[in-house]
Formats: sequence, C-alpha cells, structure tokens
Amino acid sequence: MNIDLSNMTKGLRPFRARPGARRELEGLPRALLLIITLISASTLLMVAGFLIFNSVPAFRSIGLAEMLLGTSWDPTSHIRAAFGMLPLLAGTFLVSILASLIAIPVGIGCTIYLAEIAHPRVRAFLKPAIELLAGIPSVVYGLFALLILQDWLAGIFGLSSGYVALNGGIILAVMMVPIMVTLSEDAIASVPRELREAAYALGATRWETMRSVVLPAALSGIVAAIILSIMRAVGETMAVLMAVSQTPLLTLDPFSGVQTMTATIAIEMGETAVGSIHYSALFAVGTVLFIITLIMNTIADLVMRRFSEAYQ
Amino acid sequence: MSRRSREKLYFALFRGCGALVVMALVTIIAYMLIGGIGAIDLDFLTEPPRASNTRGGIFTPLIGTLYLMGIVAAFAIPVGVLSAVYLVEYQKQGRMASFWRIVVANLAGVPSIVYGLLGLGLFVYFLGFGRSLLASGLTLGVLVLPIIIAAAREAIQAVPPSVREASLALGATKWQTVRHHVLPYAMPGILTGVILSLSRAAGETAPILLTGVAFYMSGTPGSVFSQFMALPYHIYAVATQTISGMSGNLMVYGSALALLALVIGMNIVAIVIRKRYREKYRW
Repeated sequence: MNIDLSNMTKGLRPFRARPGARRELEGLPRALLLIITLISASTLLMVAGFLIFNSVPAFRSIGLAEMLLGTSWDPTSHIRAAFGMLPLLAGTFLVSILASLIAIPVGIGCTIYLAEIAHPRVRAFLKPAIELLAGIPSVVYGLFALLILQDWLAGIFGLSSGYVALNGGIILAVMMVPIMVTLSEDAIASVPRELREAAYALGATRWETMRSVVLPAALSGIVAAIILSIMRAVGETMAVLMAVSQTPLLTLDPFSGVQTMTATIAIEMGETAVGSIHYSALFAVGTVLFIITLIMNTIADLVMRRFSEAYQ
Repeated sequence: MSRRSREKLYFALFRGCGALVVMALVTIIAYMLIGGIGAIDLDFLTEPPRASNTRGGIFTPLIGTLYLMGIVAAFAIPVGVLSAVYLVEYQKQGRMASFWRIVVANLAGVPSIVYGLLGLGLFVYFLGFGRSLLASGLTLGVLVLPIIIAAAREAIQAVPPSVREASLALGATKWQTVRHHVLPYAMPGILTGVILSLSRAAGETAPILLTGVAFYMSGTPGSVFSQFMALPYHIYAVATQTISGMSGNLMVYGSALALLALVIGMNIVAIVIRKRYREKYRW
C-alpha cells in the first residue's frame, strides 16, 4: 500500500526555527544560576572570613600560644582576665569522648541489626523511627537531660548534682546514634551482594559473613559515619549547655562539671561588649571550633571517597 | 561455643542495641507527652506567655518560630534549589565539581553556634540588621542551605538521562528541559529536603540566641527588624529560669511538646512524601 505522505503534512505550517528568541534566553539562566551557586558557596568563605576577622584582635592582644595553651578561662575576672582555651578544649573533648564511648558500640550494633538481622517489617518501622530521633531539636534533648536524666544519674552514682560531664555525654550519645546508623547502614547496604553470596557459599554463618566479609568491606564508610557523628557531638550547643553545669575546669573527670567551647560562646556572647577583647576571644573560640570541624570533615570525606571508589 | 550459638549470642546483642535506640526515642517522647499534655489546649496555643513565662500560653514564641520559618523558606529554598540545578545540570564534571561537593559537605558540618557567630558578625553588625527577626532568619537560612542543596542535588541526579535526552531531541533548550522535565520529576525529592530543612530551622536554638531572640516580648514582632520570641529558645529560657517550680515545668513540657509536634509532624510528612515518590517513579 502506498501512502502519500505529502498529503499528511499539507495543512501544517513549515517549522521555522527562531534561533534568536530561545537561544538568547539560554545564557541567562546559566549565568543567574552560577551567581546563585557562588552566593551559597561563598557562605563557607564568609564564615571563615568573619570568624578570622573578628578573632584577630584577641589573638593579637593575648597571643596565640597563651590563648590555645593557657590553662585558665576566666574572661570576666576583675584582677586579671584569662583567655586560655585549654579548659574549653578539654570540656568539649571530655563530653565528646564519653558520648562516643557509648554511641559507637551501640550505633554499630544497631546498624548491624538494622542491615542484616531485622525482619523487613521491623526495618520498615525502625528506619523512620531512627530518622525521627535525628530530627528531634537539640533543645528537647537538653530539656530531657536537664530535668530527668541528671536526676537518674545523681541517684545511680550518689552525686549531689547530676549536671556532670557524663550527663552531657549520655545525651550527646543519644543524638549521635541516629546519624551514625543512617550513614553506616548506607555503607553496609552498598557492599556488593556477590561478596556475601561467596561467603555463604563457602559455608560461613551469617555472623561470620558479617564479621569477616561485609564489615571489613564497609569499614571506611562506617569510619566516616563515626567521624561525622562525633562532629555532631563536638558542635552541639544547647544539649550540653543544659545538661552540664558550665564550669571551665581543666579536668577529664566524668563526674565534674565542665565547659564546652560551644556553650562558652552561647553563654558569654550576651554579656560582652561588641569589639571588646572578650567578644573577640569568643570569635577565636569559634574559629578553633570551625577549624576542628573542617579537619574532621575533610578526613571523613577522604575516607568516604576511598570507600566509594572501592565498590563502584 | 559452637558457631551457631556464637551467632545467636552476637545477634541478641545487636537486637539489644536496636531496642536501646528505640527505647531512648520512646522514653524522651513519653516524658514530654506525660509532662506536657496537661498544658496543651486551645488557650495554650493562642495566649501569650504571662508572669515571666510561668503562665499563659506560647502564642508569641510560636508565631516567632513560624515567621522565622517563613524567612528561611524565602531565602534558602530558591538559593538552595537553584544552586543544586546549576551543580547537576550545568557544572561540568571535573575538578570544579569536586570542589563544590567538598564546599557543600563542609558547610553541612559547621556547628550551628558558628553559624550564629557568622550571623552576629555579618547580619547583625556588618549589614546593620541589628538583633532582629531578619538577622536570625537569614542565619538559619544559611545554616539549612547545605541540607537543601544536598537533597535537591540527589533528587535531580536521580532523574534518568533518558528524560533529558528525549526533551533535547524534541528541540527543547537546556533550560526548558530543566524547567519542564527535570524539575517536575525531582520535585517530591526536593520537597522532602525542603520540609526537613524547615523543621531543622524551627528547632535550632544556638544561632538565634546570638542573633536576636528575646526572653520576653509583649507582642508578636511588628517588623523584620524587631526582636522576637521563638519556641526553642522559650523552652531553654523557661527551663533554666531559677523560679520555675511546678507551673514552670508544665509550661516547659507543654512548649517542648508543641515544638516536638511541629518538628516531628514535618518529618513524618517528609518521610511519607519520599515513600510515595519512591513507589510512584521506579525508573
């Protein structure tokens, strides 16, 4: 059968490309988008810029070594104000270490349960529940630590006050676990199935497969997850502020009050005069905090990239 | 111990870890519910706080938080989504692409109090907004930007290339393709990220502490340049007040419950949207 195609197109107007109209507009979105992207990326630069700019006066008048290594933080003393950051660094380190000691084993255990053991129906419920845990505002965690958890701690350990570093460590651990579980579960899920199947075929049990095949394969992803969750603990303000009685002591005693870097900024910024040394010193604390998180983030990123390169 | 029973032992241990995490969630929510449910009624939501925040309701802080979310949305959604569009659709692969990735990842890891310092230095003093709703809203907007970018980027990347190729093959320009074919498919994923980031902004305390939240205000903010009350800071302020006692505790649990309801409600909506979308589009 012959079809006369010319008849079918008769009524249609010939398509005429108007290169001007559309192509001209094409450059506009691109340029606009680039500008917007530059704005959002420049926030990192601005954070760094404003931190450094505002902390220079403190570093200059107090001295870099004195600020970083000084063992006393007493900015409002009338006799001799001291701006040694070591007690604050120790405070942040102590609550984060306590939190990590609790959160890392529990988080890994929970991840393995979620990834390998849990019935699909339990999993379908548990994963969103853990995401919700990550979504709870830090002030609510802080409230729980302030009104309830410290009471339990005081009772269990016979303390006169429960507002100790351990109180902060426990509540931070609760906040760390969801991040760690979500990220490391992704890492475990992306281990190729062939590896598992090979282990099963060799007669390994599920646990043996998990321990000697899947976990080592996912290790770098899990390590990155751990680092990122520790960062959450290091950077958390409200929960530690409410859970721990903020006293800038240079101590590693979990039953002592300590003062973290984040809480120092939150408490003291309201009482300082703009442009004073104290104001500038608080920006300096922020700068050190910022540098710590940048370093940890870069390490996590490097570790993660090694992981994703290994299994593509 | 045999291999099987060792496996049983370890698995029991891991189950225990899972149970522990669920218990933590249940305990915290249960305490807020039991402590605060007695406070929640219509008056609690529609009346301003009275008697140094120990009586009355949470109307003023609640409105302050909603205003904040509005400013965050107005700033962070367009900037974040359009940045993601650029990064996925226009940025060529290579050194620049990995540079952007690192910048966004690092922004996400910056502690919220450091964003507070940025807000104080940039918005409050340098740009002269003062301690205000605008300064706090923009600070929170910058804080959630990396969350929105990451979510939007993932959603846009998940749209299969065949959709783009089909559109381009029909003569559409790049921008028309993005606008009419890529973004609509990516929308549920973007929406999920947007809702999550707004709920994050609603719950943040430390940044607004430095940039303009007030302990007490007699009314809702009159302009974006006035100070404001906000729910998360209200919780902190009332909880750490020396004169609290029973009525103060009821207020604080009630406020916490209201904040939890707001934030968890938004999270659940986000989870539901994502689940639906995963079922709807399976490429």
